[in-house]
Amino acid sequence: MAELTYREAVARGIAQEMARDPDVIFFGEDVAKPGGVFKATVGLIDQFGPKRVRDCPISEQAILGAAMGAAMTGLKPIAEIMFSDFIAVCFDYIANEFPKSRYMSNGQLKCPLVVRTGNGAGSRFGAQHSQSVENWCMMIPGLKVVAPSNPRDVIGLMAAAVRDPDPVIFFEHKTLYAVKGEVPDGEIVDTLGTASIARPGKDATILALAMMVPRAVAAAEKLKAEHGIDCEVVDVRSLVPLDMQTILGSLTRTHRLFTVEENPRLCGWGAEIVSIAVEEGFYELDGPPIRITTPHVPLPAADTLEDMILPTVDRIADTVRRGLEG
Amino acid sequence: MAQNTASPQGADARGMNDDIGEEVRLRLYRTQLVIREAEQKAFELFLQNLVKGTSHLSLGQEAIAAGFASAMRPSDLSFCTYRGHAHTLARGVAVDKVLGELMQRDNGLMRGKGGSMHLTSVEHGVMGSYAIIGAHLPIACGAALRAQYKGADDVAVCFFGDGTTNIGAFHEALNFAVVWKLPVVFVCENNLYMEYTPIHEVTAVKHPAGDRAAAYNLDRIVIDGNDADIVYRTAQAAFARARAGAGPSLIECLTYRHSGHSRADPATYRPKGELEKWKEHDPIPLYRARLKQFGIDEGAVMRIDDEVKQMIETAVETCKAAPPPDPDILFKDVYADGGWAWRN
Repeated sequence: MAELTYREAVARGIAQEMARDPDVIFFGEDVAKPGGVFKATVGLIDQFGPKRVRDCPISEQAILGAAMGAAMTGLKPIAEIMFSDFIAVCFDYIANEFPKSRYMSNGQLKCPLVVRTGNGAGSRFGAQHSQSVENWCMMIPGLKVVAPSNPRDVIGLMAAAVRDPDPVIFFEHKTLYAVKGEVPDGEIVDTLGTASIARPGKDATILALAMMVPRAVAAAEKLKAEHGIDCEVVDVRSLVPLDMQTILGSLTRTHRLFTVEENPRLCGWGAEIVSIAVEEGFYELDGPPIRITTPHVPLPAADTLEDMILPTVDRIADTVRRGLEG
Repeated sequence: MAQNTASPQGADARGMNDDIGEEVRLRLYRTQLVIREAEQKAFELFLQNLVKGTSHLSLGQEAIAAGFASAMRPSDLSFCTYRGHAHTLARGVAVDKVLGELMQRDNGLMRGKGGSMHLTSVEHGVMGSYAIIGAHLPIACGAALRAQYKGADDVAVCFFGDGTTNIGAFHEALNFAVVWKLPVVFVCENNLYMEYTPIHEVTAVKHPAGDRAAAYNLDRIVIDGNDADIVYRTAQAAFARARAGAGPSLIECLTYRHSGHSRADPATYRPKGELEKWKEHDPIPLYRARLKQFGIDEGAVMRIDDEVKQMIETAVETCKAAPPPDPDILFKDVYADGGWAWRN
């Protein structure tokens, strides 16, 4: 067991896979010699050399296109898009190329690659460097989408993503990079498409992703301490494939459902999960599912304003308590 | 063609030395003819409402596909655009597979799941046809990166139109390929029109690819794309450079499409007489004359004519008899496990 930061876990996860498979290569902007603008890939160039760990020009289309071409011909590329907001300038690859090539070619082409990207708010960077855009990717048939909330999951899901034969968009949360967590020694390989119970409970199910997971857990502890309400927090982890069995299983135990989403409300991931829960778990519900999200506005830069707009521990706790009081 | 004779290869490259040889010349001729006949047939089938969706023909541009494909090794990889029938056929993909896909039948190359704009045949090195302008230039870079990384001497060959030179991915890919010295050959087919608009009206330079080469520290290469011999020689030189580890090339091939941009386009925007003038420089009669010039047996040429025509007729019959795609394939191959499941 070792205590690692989330950013150290990123480098360890990539290193684990590069050491295992010589066909894994890694490239992006400022990722090699500088070690990444978030310092999440420090040391990889020293360990694996400049042939496997490469700095790219500011050319997001070239980066993702090259990753695709390398993947379809036999390599297993990991490409970095520095800020997830920049997915917008290379969205053709995310929306049209990676996920469609296998289907359109009637199974002839493959696209086993990982795009890792810094997602989410908390750095006070404003509306173009702070967004949570996992829902942009979730809606596209052919992609897989994961967003780990802790160092151990970073390593395990990175390994699963690299070994997966489909294109995987891997959302790292920028505000979690400094967060520490216990990580077992040795190889860690997780499974895509599995949610995990971050905190067991019996009174309500709270679904959360990435940075919202520690906030939901803190809200659950507050509700327990102050009101005796015992919430189960489910870390969704993987949006595609989506582990509805774990989510519906939790609902069957608690009979109430809340989501905590950093993405803006419209078409956020919680909307899809709630719709499935209503269709398939309607008679388990003792009250309406309630979504706790960032409102449908661009993110402001000022710290005071950003703090007001993201779901906070207090807002989560208050909303759940009022929802249960009905 | 005033513009075409401006090629740097000029008369010398067209010279009378017989460096190409009869076997390759007959192959160049046959490939051009297969494309011409298949594309004409595709147009006829469209008029009969048997080709569905859209289609973008390469009538008049056959020499480029034939010249490059004839210089490629089987392990080299082609990346095409939505105007990709020619490049797919040139790598040896059967005509019935291509027409079947255009007709959206079960015998099509991708069983109707891709359509005219996405022809793909991995076994022939055709790594896809891309319908988003510019998307495949970076993808070709990635295939070249794999070849470089593995120490293979395969070349990635990326075909695109003049209009592509004005999209960002073109410039990103050129810079990327040069900086990483990738074995990729970028082939611009300049047919003078982006879609409906003349390329010179929307481009800062006269030669949309050639005049941009200097910005990427590449040689300016502008050739007569209607002369298969010139195309073939240029391709050989670019492939040799790529295989030697000297990096990418950017080649502008001057040509003209005899049809409109797509099947919906009668091309009424073209000035009167322009098409007729270019038809005087039609690659296929030009090449028949070339074969004669080199004393290649006319009987052998006529046997190719007959064989190709017969083969196309048979292919059309095969396609007409083929059923629509099996509905079973609808939910297949979304993910690598063969299915489409996104949840448990």
